[in-house]
Amino acid sequence: MGVEGIGASVLRKEDRRFITGRGRYVDDMTVPGMKYAAFVRSPHAHARIKGIDAAAAKAMPGVIDVLEGSQLKADGIGNLICGWAVNSKDGSPMKMGAWPALAFETVRHVGQAVAVVVADTKAQARDAAEAVEIDYEVLPAVVEGPAALQDGAPQLHPEAPGNLVFDWEIGDAKATEEAFGRAAHVTKLDIVNNRLVPNPMEPRAALGVYDPAEEHYTVWTTSQNPHVARLVMSAFYNVAPEHKLRVIAPDVGGGFGSKIYIYPEEIVCLWASRKTGVPVKWTSDRTEAFLTDAHGRDHTTHVEAAFDADNKIIGMKVDTVANLGAYMSLFSSATPTYLYATLLSGQYDIPAIYANVKAVYTNTVPVDAYRGAGRPEATYVVERTMETAARELGVSPAELRRKNFIRSFPHQTPVIMCYDAGDFEASLDAGMKAADVSGFEGRRAEAQSRGKLRGLGMSCYIEACGIAPSKAVGSLGAGVGLWESAEVRVNPVGTIEILTGSHSHGQGHETTFAQLVSERFGLPVDNVQVIHGDTDKVQFGMGTYGSRSGAVGMSAIVKALDKVEAKAKKIAAHLLEAAEGDIVIENGEVKVAGTDRKLGWHEVALNAYTGHKLPDGMEPGLKEGAFYDPQNFTFPAGCYICEVEVDPDTGKTEIVQFVAADDFGRVINPLIVHGQVHGGLAQGIGQALLEGTRYDESGQLITASYMDYAMPRAWDLPMFTVSTTETLSPSNPLGMKGCGEAGAIGSPPAVINAITDAIGNNDLTMPATPEKVWRAIHAA
Amino acid sequence: MYQTEYKRAGSLDEAAQLVAASGGEGKYVSGGMTLIPTMKQRLASPSLLVDLRHVEGHKGIAVSGQTVTIKGGTTHAEIAASEELKGVAPGFAGLAQLIGDPAVRHMGTIGGSVANFDPAADYPAALLAMEATILTDKREVAASDFFLGLFETALDENEIVTGVRFEAPESSAYEKFRNPASRYAMCGVFVAKRGEGKVGVGVTGAGASGAFRWAEAESALSGRFDVSALDGLAVDEGEMISDLHGSSAYRANLVKVVAKRAAKKAGASGGPEVSGPKTPGGDAP
Amino acid sequence: MTDVSMTVNGRQVTGSVEDRTLLVQFLRDNLGLTGTHVGCDTSQCGACVVHLDGQAVKSCTLLAVQASGSSVTTIEGLAPSATELHPMQAAFRENHGLQCGYCTPGMIMTAVDMVARHGADLDEKTVRDELDGNICRCTGYHNIVKAILSVAQSMQGSGEGQRIAAE
Repeated sequence: MGVEGIGASVLRKEDRRFITGRGRYVDDMTVPGMKYAAFVRSPHAHARIKGIDAAAAKAMPGVIDVLEGSQLKADGIGNLICGWAVNSKDGSPMKMGAWPALAFETVRHVGQAVAVVVADTKAQARDAAEAVEIDYEVLPAVVEGPAALQDGAPQLHPEAPGNLVFDWEIGDAKATEEAFGRAAHVTKLDIVNNRLVPNPMEPRAALGVYDPAEEHYTVWTTSQNPHVARLVMSAFYNVAPEHKLRVIAPDVGGGFGSKIYIYPEEIVCLWASRKTGVPVKWTSDRTEAFLTDAHGRDHTTHVEAAFDADNKIIGMKVDTVANLGAYMSLFSSATPTYLYATLLSGQYDIPAIYANVKAVYTNTVPVDAYRGAGRPEATYVVERTMETAARELGVSPAELRRKNFIRSFPHQTPVIMCYDAGDFEASLDAGMKAADVSGFEGRRAEAQSRGKLRGLGMSCYIEACGIAPSKAVGSLGAGVGLWESAEVRVNPVGTIEILTGSHSHGQGHETTFAQLVSERFGLPVDNVQVIHGDTDKVQFGMGTYGSRSGAVGMSAIVKALDKVEAKAKKIAAHLLEAAEGDIVIENGEVKVAGTDRKLGWHEVALNAYTGHKLPDGMEPGLKEGAFYDPQNFTFPAGCYICEVEVDPDTGKTEIVQFVAADDFGRVINPLIVHGQVHGGLAQGIGQALLEGTRYDESGQLITASYMDYAMPRAWDLPMFTVSTTETLSPSNPLGMKGCGEAGAIGSPPAVINAITDAIGNNDLTMPATPEKVWRAIHAA
Repeated sequence: MYQTEYKRAGSLDEAAQLVAASGGEGKYVSGGMTLIPTMKQRLASPSLLVDLRHVEGHKGIAVSGQTVTIKGGTTHAEIAASEELKGVAPGFAGLAQLIGDPAVRHMGTIGGSVANFDPAADYPAALLAMEATILTDKREVAASDFFLGLFETALDENEIVTGVRFEAPESSAYEKFRNPASRYAMCGVFVAKRGEGKVGVGVTGAGASGAFRWAEAESALSGRFDVSALDGLAVDEGEMISDLHGSSAYRANLVKVVAKRAAKKAGASGGPEVSGPKTPGGDAP
Repeated sequence: MTDVSMTVNGRQVTGSVEDRTLLVQFLRDNLGLTGTHVGCDTSQCGACVVHLDGQAVKSCTLLAVQASGSSVTTIEGLAPSATELHPMQAAFRENHGLQCGYCTPGMIMTAVDMVARHGADLDEKTVRDELDGNICRCTGYHNIVKAILSVAQSMQGSGEGQRIAAE
């Protein structure tokens, strides 16, 4: 590796602007004549709109216009869609209820947008939004997934009788029943995976600009995937034709999934700009974010696992109700199905698995992918089950896992996934060593002497990243391909621009992607510029989510670099009068191997552009593009070990040690990879200890600000012990697997397993608040 | 935030006149750490804000013998950092250090906090336990006569809290169990061991009517300044707050647990040694 | 509308604002200093922290008119020059104490204030306690804590403290 190549902890190129306050986020943007939007939102979880009276609001100072859903419909703006078709087990298609960007007949969750005010200032827009009078007929609401399936539950959508979106299954029910028939032991658990709010620190924002002279639209938006946004807004929502729509996602302050989706607000800002003739900016406040950003998780699950007399797991049955909220968000159908139940084999050789997932509508904010998306839910089911089984069987949790590990690859699970590489024992050993598991009982006794309950829990997770082979996801219902694109432009002076369809919103792509060039040509990363997030600049792309930008995005760059390298070698061979096969590129020089004949990289580049001395028939220029479609998912895996101390008097849990031993395949920048793990762990620990939405029975979100939704702070967390083992993925040229979500996927069961170990009561739900733990202690 | 008008007062008299002339729609703003967020959420809409932060002589801590006087405009950070105060009443300075976060402590004032009487405000626990006196521009009021109920004090319309005065206890300490979301006190207990064996116990964050004195704990600890004196006691669950962060039963338990820890910290005998693992973070209790 | 005037990053500035205008809005909208961010409505996330007369405050919880006559330092005014970094800025980069960058300005302003008050005595627990009013969703705080401690430790026996406190 070079000092800035693969494996080097290069400091981030993008940091300078962020640490000096010169990052440029959507809300920082201004354009001449810009006005401000404020949305009028439903205060009810479920209601019929009987009338909207905006006359008073329109007369208020600074107000330009107040726009309603009926106008949006009249202008042909389409309903929001779900882009992944999932069929029920009876073959019927999922039941998609209509979701207009501005509601005009019925509202189905508190916070749903009903009208928009455009005014000179943000404060004036807010003032006027309060003055829009809406006559609602309040309807009964339902907020819990299982409750929505019951007879007599309030019905949300005429398209979905019984509030059932789909009733889906995977696996072999018969084989699974047979396994249970010969089980020596069955472990059963009821599990709730709590609903979370992603909470990137930058709230969503959109600035829509319509240029009537060119009939052209531009939107700056907080997006993880600007090209997907353009495609969906043009092809499905009729906001603007694709060639007349520019989508720019500049610096984006975190996403964690919640900025994948195309929301009503950016559609409305663009449309409102055309209607009013002024640029329209909207910036969410935090409470709006709680009420409108797609939520995550919210599964209610019953799981049973069958073990034979030798403690080998022989079957697993899973029954899950997934609460999708009031509408089907863009990828909401995939999250509790193909991103969830396909991982229920975990790291274990389980011959028979059957899972049934019922997705339901409720009067809550739509639920979609949030960091991990389905895989945390699967991991939580599998790893709490394994820990529970070990306790019931009276064996060590580590040894039960070890006994059941998959040890040969490729391994075809009974739930679609074919694991291509891994070494689960290596990460378990690394984790146990780092956590000094053998010294735990001593620490527990010492804690006891201080009146504290100490516990240790582990979690051996596996997930699927590198999403995903387009043919495979197409066959499973995806409406898009999930390849990635890249273009490598060598400038005449030899500096390089990488245009990528991936989008960085904290992941450090500007550095990591440049390291590929440094590795390949020996150029400093400072000579490389990574360009992303603008549909006018970048050819196309599918964006960043599902830990795909390494395995898929960087593979596309590698392919483009291959082409650039090949052409550069042809040019150099011609100039140096050598055979192409003898040309090597290293340290920024293009050499004839074994001789002192060489050219500077910049000389090759310049010759490519002057065209004076190119081989006959060669096109000038040195710029290559590539699309990369992955061959398989990738399978990051690892072992997380959490050690806690619980205060029995208050139920407060303190994490005293957290060890992560991950296998991400090839690591390009360890500094950045460790940072991704830290952040994921914080979110996973947040889910386990602190975070969770609460709705009241009428459908009001009680946890709609940081006053009531507990975000992890610095003092909730320990210093983390993070390390990696490495088995390369055989499915992409770099051998990468992905690291963005692992922390959030693997950590919740480790935390809960540790607490239940400490208190001796397995009946505990997330978030394990002090009161819940205190009650569990006293119920034990 | 709704429209409002801002005026800066140079003196307390001027401030009082401005608010008096506002027809009941004016409010004083000191640090603004509660009022401004409330206005931002459009839950308060004073037509006039009169800023007390620039009032001459409205700031400062004076210690005379054991008598401590803190002027209303003194910030939490100033109280927490005062060497003079730490000399006689370290428990009180320690309480100020646990209010909000550093940025809030730099702006927020004791006068504003006392006048607002938020159910989770920290100072009232101490002021009640020490039988402090609340000073206003019109009179002096005993703390127990001042704090009346949820956001309700003895303040008349337009009356300004100009400071607090108390006799420094022999020893005192504050323990705070934080709400995991807001980080305000879910239960905070101030224990003050005062002269002649009298012990004061003030509780905040837990009571449905705001901060209160826990009389049974006071008499138990006055009889015997030992943690175990609290063993048989319990506060009435029915008088505790119940919300999504903690039921009234849980809060009742917290009051007792936190009171014991505050007593221990204030020098009471008995009880387990307060120590913890070598761990980062953590807001023990 | 009310006229306000204050010193921002060493420069005397004036503006005309509604009395309800928050300091953060004045900085961002009137002065174009968009490094100071807004991440919540309830004064808890700390993305908006600036220094007011040398002390960390939340500019979302302060009216511009309240700050009139004061001296304000924002993230843009922290570095000694356009080509240099403040030691805390450098430490955040060297320790990878930021990812998306959104909370970073407020984190750095809080961290500078923290080190100015505690100096080399800062320990991990104190750092975590004093970050109570700053929320980061990306880093898990691990590298932020490291960055702050590294600056505090570098002050041991050096004159660095003056420089950090003097801005």
